[in-house]
Amino acid sequence: MMGDTTRWDHVVTPVLGRTAPGASREEVVAHLRRASTELRRRDPLMIAHSGNGHIGGDYSIADVLVTLVLHELNLDPADPLKADRDRLILSKGHTAGALYIALALAGYFPVEELMTFMDPGSRLSGHPNRGYIPGIEANTGALGHGLPIGVGAALAAKLDGSPRRTVVLMGDGELQEGSNWEALMAGAQFGLDRLYAVCDRNRLQMGTPTEQTIALEPLADRARAFGWHVVEIDGHDHGQILDAFAAAPAPGKPTFVISHSHKGYPISFMSDKVSRHHHVPTPDEIDAILNELTPDDIDAILSELEEQK
Amino acid sequence: MTATYDCRGAYAATLADLARQDRNVIVLVNDSVGSSKLDGFVKEFPNQTVNVGIAEQNMVGVSAGLANGGKVPFVSAAGCFITGRAMEQIKADLVYSNYHVVLCAQSPGIAYGPLGATHHSIEDVAWMRVLPNMTVIVPADPAETEQAVRWAYGHDGPVYIRISRFRVPAVHAEDYSFAPGKAVVLREGTDVTLASNGVVLHRALAAADLLAESGISARVLSVASVKPLDEAAIIAAASETRGIVTAEEGLASGGLGGAVAEFVARTHPTRVTALGLPDTFAPTGSPSWILDHFGLSATGITDAARALVG
Repeated sequence: MMGDTTRWDHVVTPVLGRTAPGASREEVVAHLRRASTELRRRDPLMIAHSGNGHIGGDYSIADVLVTLVLHELNLDPADPLKADRDRLILSKGHTAGALYIALALAGYFPVEELMTFMDPGSRLSGHPNRGYIPGIEANTGALGHGLPIGVGAALAAKLDGSPRRTVVLMGDGELQEGSNWEALMAGAQFGLDRLYAVCDRNRLQMGTPTEQTIALEPLADRARAFGWHVVEIDGHDHGQILDAFAAAPAPGKPTFVISHSHKGYPISFMSDKVSRHHHVPTPDEIDAILNELTPDDIDAILSELEEQK
Repeated sequence: MTATYDCRGAYAATLADLARQDRNVIVLVNDSVGSSKLDGFVKEFPNQTVNVGIAEQNMVGVSAGLANGGKVPFVSAAGCFITGRAMEQIKADLVYSNYHVVLCAQSPGIAYGPLGATHHSIEDVAWMRVLPNMTVIVPADPAETEQAVRWAYGHDGPVYIRISRFRVPAVHAEDYSFAPGKAVVLREGTDVTLASNGVVLHRALAAADLLAESGISARVLSVASVKPLDEAAIIAAASETRGIVTAEEGLASGGLGGAVAEFVARTHPTRVTALGLPDTFAPTGSPSWILDHFGLSATGITDAARALVG
């Protein structure tokens, strides 16, 4: 059901663009933190508008998405199909809302268009479509598809001797699909060390916790046993996300990043709640979210990072 | 005796020719090198061959990723597995995502006769035909197989081609040129139209000879391009002859017969008899025995044509 969101018309999403070349690490982190907050402020409005969406998973993957799209990956919103761009494949296609906001923040398409999310005829379908908007590499939505496509994309790069990276963002519940394990075997067999699988390990699938459904643990051991280099990070810490991709990959091995995260993070009444998988927030809840997530002041973040040093 | 051919020979030679000209041509196999007659290809182009092992879902996903990276993948695996096992990958990763990948279904239909229904691919044409944006080609001889593979190489979108091992005579002229959505009249006729493709087409030609002996003039229409369908040729058949018999190596519903029946029902209703496997799996037997068993022989097609217009 389409909801009326006019009461939040005062909420504006800025086009932050990608990080500036030569920016210091502190400046990069501050930029990404601000973008992540903007993503989380816009997301519930889109979901309220469309009456549909996946707010829990949007929030758990938000920081990784923002870090990759606005900084880490070799991408150009002005030339979205440039030949040696890094490839970003959102295998957990149900968090398309978060991807759309990250792309709009980077400048791939106008931020105003975000509020057409799932409208009739909108380019912003409930799951991403590469024919509709720039910045999409594969039409995902059916789970267990992204990693095989990523293996192919990384293999094409390897065959061409290209240094481009391929990053697949996966849900954790999605690992219950067998096709992922076929792709894990193939990625290791082909020695695709420019391939990254990021598992958004929020430990919740649609109806239940993963470990109470079909357990994934010991996930790191399993990925290692399949021949992958494993890195574990706090998926809400932009510095750790940057470090995971800045580190040299293990020679001949693809990298499996276990990104420990929380559905609904950091909202007090949403975090880690299985009921928030595709909950449509009420107007009062949106007000509470916006209250908890005031737009970040870059200078304040920078001085905070300076103090931490 | 007429010479007969295994179309995999033309398939492998054509792929090698394309691979020589374009290093972006990649063959994907699921441990199916020998069964695709690609031993020579693998030897000559080890860096243009990807063996994903026995994992068809991954194979089709990988092909989409390769296409994303500028490669032209030809996925070469048994028709029964490439379709049924990877159906959702074909739908989402290739067809919906619109990637230029050529699915080369090896030994389709009942080519694996005695191995049984797990290895028969009698549903594939029906499954592939209903996918938006998919082109479906069922070549009848080596020349048509080569032409179809060459056309698919240049077509920017997903294509499904049946590559048969079941020996067939050459039915097309040497200067034959495949075009999607273009059927070929192999023999003119005015009483009935026999529309066929693949390994059954030469049987339809033989049926036309038998029908001529009993004074029935049969038009033989070669319909390799099941999708897109040559609508003009079907309308001509429906209006210029008194009925259409379709004959194909697969289920009688959903494939060529389904395509023709759906189309004439909408545009120019005429009588259609669809020959193929009825709503059943094939019993054990050699491919030719199975075809005969289900009336896909010269006499079976003749009988069906007589019953339709006689």
